[in-house]
Amino acid sequence: MKQNIGRNNKGPENENDYAVQTFGLTKKYGERIAVNAVNLSIKKGELFSLLGPNGAGKTTAIKMLSCLIKPTAGTAAIMGHDIKRNPAAVKQIINVSPQETAIAGHLSTWENLLLMGGVYGLSKEETKKRAQELIELVGLTGRAREQVRKFSGGMQRRLSIAMALISDPQVLFLDEPTLGLDPQARKALWKQIEKLKGQKTILLTTHYLEEADALADRVAIINEGKIVALGTPSELKKDIYGMQTMVIKAQNFTAEIIEDLKKAYPQTKKAENGIEIRAKELVFDDIVDYLRGQGVKIQWLSMKEPSLDDVFLSLTGKETADEVS
Amino acid sequence: MRFLSLAGRNIKEVYRDPVSMILGVAMPAALLLLFSSIGKDAPLDAFTADNLTPGVTVFSFGFLTMFSAMLLAKDRQSAFLTRLLIAPLKSTDFILAYMLPFLPVAILQTAVCFAIGAILGITLDLSIALALVVLFTVAVACIGIGMILGSFFTENQVAGAGSLVIISISLFGGVWMDLKTVGGIFESVGYALPFAHAIDAARAILKGSGLGGVTTEFYWIIGYTLVFFLLGVFSFRWRTKHAS
Ligand SMILES: Nc1ncnc2c1ncn2[C@@H]1O[C@H](COP(=O)(O)OP(=O)(O)O)[C@@H](O)[C@H]1O
Ligand SMILES: [Mg+2]
Repeated sequence: MKQNIGRNNKGPENENDYAVQTFGLTKKYGERIAVNAVNLSIKKGELFSLLGPNGAGKTTAIKMLSCLIKPTAGTAAIMGHDIKRNPAAVKQIINVSPQETAIAGHLSTWENLLLMGGVYGLSKEETKKRAQELIELVGLTGRAREQVRKFSGGMQRRLSIAMALISDPQVLFLDEPTLGLDPQARKALWKQIEKLKGQKTILLTTHYLEEADALADRVAIINEGKIVALGTPSELKKDIYGMQTMVIKAQNFTAEIIEDLKKAYPQTKKAENGIEIRAKELVFDDIVDYLRGQGVKIQWLSMKEPSLDDVFLSLTGKETADEVS
Repeated sequence: MRFLSLAGRNIKEVYRDPVSMILGVAMPAALLLLFSSIGKDAPLDAFTADNLTPGVTVFSFGFLTMFSAMLLAKDRQSAFLTRLLIAPLKSTDFILAYMLPFLPVAILQTAVCFAIGAILGITLDLSIALALVVLFTVAVACIGIGMILGSFFTENQVAGAGSLVIISISLFGGVWMDLKTVGGIFESVGYALPFAHAIDAARAILKGSGLGGVTTEFYWIIGYTLVFFLLGVFSFRWRTKHAS
């Protein structure tokens, strides 16, 4: 019924425009709800990012979408194939680069790619041709014949993505592709992923806000299994990220001054040697005039662009877990 | 024939690890040479080529358990198996790809042991072929045990459990001497397990007994092999259906 309505609609809401759709997708482990009634629609050719802290349910969602585990409730469709009813069809058209690097250490780059080609039932010739192209795409030319267990983390990640691409999937899942990489290797990998944009539908999970911001067409923020925000990076910035913060350092702030400011800006708080005011729109002149009028001597004042971490904090009440380096 | 690609990878993964080749092939060969040289100085019947060769061969099969379990446990832990489980492979593909590669290892181990045995004066006639049939049956049982361990244990646990299997074969299999002359707990535990039966049978065959002389032993071996093989297959099948 639902599907018929979707099909009859003209315009961007047409079912056929979606590569991935989830319908109340849910996974419970005992009492714990890892993924909680998630409804998402990912357009064909889109790079969609699922952004959330550790334990938010990102990997569990990918495991369900790739038919590794069964949903407790709800379902999803990949290119129109239901993951519960037709996992065989789904498996043929998707591929995953798992969160763990998951490569065969004693094999070379070349052998790893040939192995995956064989496993997906590609012919020898086709596999070899694609392997050659992919080795160039991910920048491993020159290291193709070496055993990969000696590779750096970044190189292993690039190989892992190439292995997922060998079957030429229509939908590609990248589960935390830059996890554990240093900033340089991370940026390098972003460049590789950018090259794939538009060619494939990609669902990329990450707990790095900059990563979703840099790569994604649309972002869904997931926390404790639930989608808490959804939009393009710029929409999210405007609507949710759009908090400005003013940091003022000065002596002789009184409790009354802070109370007064709170009337106009509820998110005013004491900070080190001064105060911090957060709001969507800060009227700079008013604040400064008011403080001067109260006899406050401003020593230092700055406007902070909202860091994406601030946004996440306000949205989920959790810091994004950054790598311990 | 998708399992062939995977089986090929598994063969490479095992053969490219020098430690496994040294432990599984070179060490048993060295032990065979060592014990037979002891046998030369002290003319003990236990240390003749006909007695030692089947014993050491079965001992070396303990490493089949270790290697097959280790490969599976490692692939589970590194999520390499997850990647494969996402691919359109069937349970049979997995079972074949993770078990078959160890048969050539068993052949290599047996070939090395019997080549040394031949130099040391093993009886060279058709009975060897029959002894090999008996021994290969045990090799299949050992690979089955490996599948069971690898399906449920972590790498570290496999290192422990695998060693335990190798030690058990060494102590309770009558590898180095006839368990009946040792007696006691070794004899009773040993003959409740298949390894001593297999070694006894192969020894008797080499000394001229036909298959008719070792039927009891053969039933023990076949029975245990079926149990271990099937348990191995079911454990692995269960694992492929319960990804995480
Ligand atoms: N096999 C499992 N058994 C029990 N709980 C699990 C299992 N897998 C994941 N979880 C739990 O589900 C939640 C989501 O995990 P996960 O999807 O791995 O999060 P993320 O990938 O976002 O870090 C976590 O609380 C985790 O502990
Ligand atoms: Mg995860």
